[in-house]
Amino acid sequence: MRYFESEVIANRQITEDIFVLQVERCGAEAAAGQYYMLKSWDTELTLMRPISIFKAEPDALHFMYRTVGKGTAKMAELKPGDKLKLLGPAGNGYPCDQISGKVAVVGGGVGIPPLCETSKTLQAKGLSVDAYLGFRDVLFAVEDFEPWCSDIFVSTEKGEEGYRGFVTDLLKPENYDVVITCGPEVMMRKVAAMCAETGTTCYCSLEHRMACGIGACLGCSIRTKNGMKRVCKDGPVFLSTDLLW
Amino acid sequence: MNHNVNLAVKVAGVDFKNPLIAASGTFGFGEEYNELYDVGLLGGISSKGLTLHPKDGNEGIRVWETASGMMNSVGLQNPGVEAFIDHGIAQMRHFGNVLIANMGGHSMEDYITGATMLSNADIDMLELNISCPNVKSGGMAFGIKADVAKEVVGEVRKVCAKPLIVKLSPNAENIVDMALACEEAGADALSLVNTFQAMAIDIHKRKPVFNNVYAGLSGAAIKPIALRMVHSVCKKVQVPVIGIGGIYTAEDVLEFVMAGAAAVQIGTVNFNNPLAGADILDDLVHLCQKEGISDINEIRGIC
Repeated sequence: MRYFESEVIANRQITEDIFVLQVERCGAEAAAGQYYMLKSWDTELTLMRPISIFKAEPDALHFMYRTVGKGTAKMAELKPGDKLKLLGPAGNGYPCDQISGKVAVVGGGVGIPPLCETSKTLQAKGLSVDAYLGFRDVLFAVEDFEPWCSDIFVSTEKGEEGYRGFVTDLLKPENYDVVITCGPEVMMRKVAAMCAETGTTCYCSLEHRMACGIGACLGCSIRTKNGMKRVCKDGPVFLSTDLLW
Repeated sequence: MNHNVNLAVKVAGVDFKNPLIAASGTFGFGEEYNELYDVGLLGGISSKGLTLHPKDGNEGIRVWETASGMMNSVGLQNPGVEAFIDHGIAQMRHFGNVLIANMGGHSMEDYITGATMLSNADIDMLELNISCPNVKSGGMAFGIKADVAKEVVGEVRKVCAKPLIVKLSPNAENIVDMALACEEAGADALSLVNTFQAMAIDIHKRKPVFNNVYAGLSGAAIKPIALRMVHSVCKKVQVPVIGIGGIYTAEDVLEFVMAGAAAVQIGTVNFNNPLAGADILDDLVHLCQKEGISDINEIRGIC
């Protein structure tokens, strides 16, 4: 993990509130499911913002984010050539080395981006990956999964695109050896419960408010079957069977 | 000596190579930040707040950004005094700077037992937390009323052979009276201020953000108030004072020293810039040179 300055290559708006920020990679190793703490401010805002890795290319990192508050609004103003600070790569990431067989990635909303790099990593291992992507109304990032996934299932809540309803309605965990999920907690709980019924291994990537991002402040601790864990450092990826929810 | 600027300070007989101390609760036991820079550069580290028994901390949201600062309600999640003695101390000793054990309590008995155990362990100083706003039935309760604080500090003093710092709450009824009471009860030094009790409401949920309703405010927003409190306490007490509260820059450090602080603690800024300790130290050397300060002790309390 390093704290370093990087330069914006591009900052593309792809829907009303979803952006993709592309920055110079500066050499650090980064694994699927890890994240960086980002800031494009000095002390106008206090905390850095944790954003997961959407794509890790040899010379660029891509972050897909939704503008939800002051931090992401500032990030949305970034232009090519602007500088920003990164701390990372942070967290454990998905244990891609230990995953085998047929895999489903199940994402909802801004939980979808980290599953793209994960699909790519697993596909490179020779695994078959299906993607289940749930959106509120407007689709994004679906085409980014196409090179890495055998099948892609899409849902919107009111049926504007794809299946009408929740993406979990489409998932049959018994068809998979491993299910990987990231998104709203209510969706991940549903996925975890379905996997528990079929005995399918399920990894969940949690989102949490964080201050330090490195495991020091205990601002993101959660209770697990193995005691208190820090989402920022011990996670964000946990086996669903270790979570208490 | 750094480039002909002396930054070394002495607090309650303990030598610090510089006045920067990592503040309790923002820095763990130093290990995580040491992956980013040599935290042994700092004058000292105050450990994550310990309690006699391990604590899981608070449920719900624990950190929340505010204008020029943040609020926290971690609730003293910690491994307990015994685990700290068994594992934490050796880890912190590795850094080679002043090792301060920060300890809070829920009852007089907890304070006395914990302080006895820590006093017999390999720590340099004990920082007694009578000021945590985030723990129900304790913590700050001892930090509001001077006579209650005096009693707990007096009892801990009896069992503590190590230099004793008492960390004060800005929520005290009267910060100067509180400082004088702690000094009279035997504190070797005072550190101030801890976080200000504060509140945030989620208007969409129509509920307080924090499960405990109130939480502790820190960061740049509190600096001018913290500075005033350090200044007014320094005018009245004889023991050294460690200034805390929204210190983000070398300029802030000099302000607190000019107000009378013998050393300072940096907390929230570590979240804004994980290299803050190293950066502020570097800036402090240059700022002293620029301001013609050859020894930081020269300017202590000049305001």
